[in-house]
Amino acid sequence: MRTFKISALLVLITVFSAFTALSSDSGYQIDDIAADFSLKNVNNKKVSLSDYKDAKGFIVIFTCNHCPYAKAYEDRIIALDKRYESLGYPVIAINPNNPAVQPDDSFDLMQKRAKEKGFTFPYLFDEGQKIYPKFGATKTPHVYVLEKTKAGNVVKYIGAIDDNYSDETAVKTKYVENAVNALLKNEEVPVKTTKAIGCSIKA
Amino acid sequence: MKSWGILLLFTGFLSFAQDNGNTVASALKPIKIYESGGVKIASYDFNSFEPILHKKDNTTYVINFWATWCLPCVKELPYFEQLNEKYKNQNVKVILVSMDMPNKVESVLIPFILKKKLQSEILHLDDPDANAWIEKVDAIWSGAIPATVIYNANKSMFYERSFTYSDLENELLQIINK
Repeated sequence: MRTFKISALLVLITVFSAFTALSSDSGYQIDDIAADFSLKNVNNKKVSLSDYKDAKGFIVIFTCNHCPYAKAYEDRIIALDKRYESLGYPVIAINPNNPAVQPDDSFDLMQKRAKEKGFTFPYLFDEGQKIYPKFGATKTPHVYVLEKTKAGNVVKYIGAIDDNYSDETAVKTKYVENAVNALLKNEEVPVKTTKAIGCSIKA
Repeated sequence: MKSWGILLLFTGFLSFAQDNGNTVASALKPIKIYESGGVKIASYDFNSFEPILHKKDNTTYVINFWATWCLPCVKELPYFEQLNEKYKNQNVKVILVSMDMPNKVESVLIPFILKKKLQSEILHLDDPDANAWIEKVDAIWSGAIPATVIYNANKSMFYERSFTYSDLENELLQIINK
């Protein structure tokens, strides 16, 4: 009986520690403060969030060259920056993939893609794949809307750009736009997290 | 008396389901059928696909979410094929659920199936509002692929990761032997 109790306790401890490990490994949650980073842009200059003195926040998007979902959203990402950069929420795109695993996501090809598509926003390379795990990004595209506050850049939305990757005209809910619009009006973000199918990040 | 009626109905349903073809998906209602090069692929939205995740019979289902554009998915496909070949006569059913874009089913997915001579059952899932259904597959799924569900009437496991063959077989055996 006693051994039973002890083993039950052990099981409980194991389960509990498994869960705590999971939550600390899985990256930022809503209302967490995102640490700044310094990553190389396609123009070879380093970019940090702290460079943006006048920003009210950021639309951080983990995306890449090769993923069909990322490609399907490219024009919508450009449109987001066009609309929100001047309102204080610039797009910061980050490619989290390791080119040794996914050669289409090399820095050279990032430069090429940014030029072809006329990216108006920084397209950063997560060299050594160190930043995306901090965020907890698992796929591309994966969006984090951050609000700049005195305490730091607070995570206010995590998830998809909208609810239809394949057909922009069939989109019913624009999650990222709704989140930024709410923040601009000092309102609560209506939908704080969403999920989407995406290409798993190749580290 | 009433329970006899239900039992009869149930038996009738079972035999109907079996007569209706040997694929699991044949009991489902696709939203579209693609056909090219002699290969037929049925496409489902999540509602029409969902019953495949909740079957309660004596079969263990290995359901793999993949796409032709997903490198780690393509890499592990042979392991699912191998598993299907080895266990298909032991009440194990491998189902490969393609998440390819609808406009790539005929131009990319079907040629891929022909080239790789895939033998497992393949169906196409086309439901762009993924936020509405990802958690119905499993609460912990982030939406990244590859992802796999292995389940039977007694046990269900979800994996958001890649497999090696021995890894995959191990997981299957653990679920079968439960």
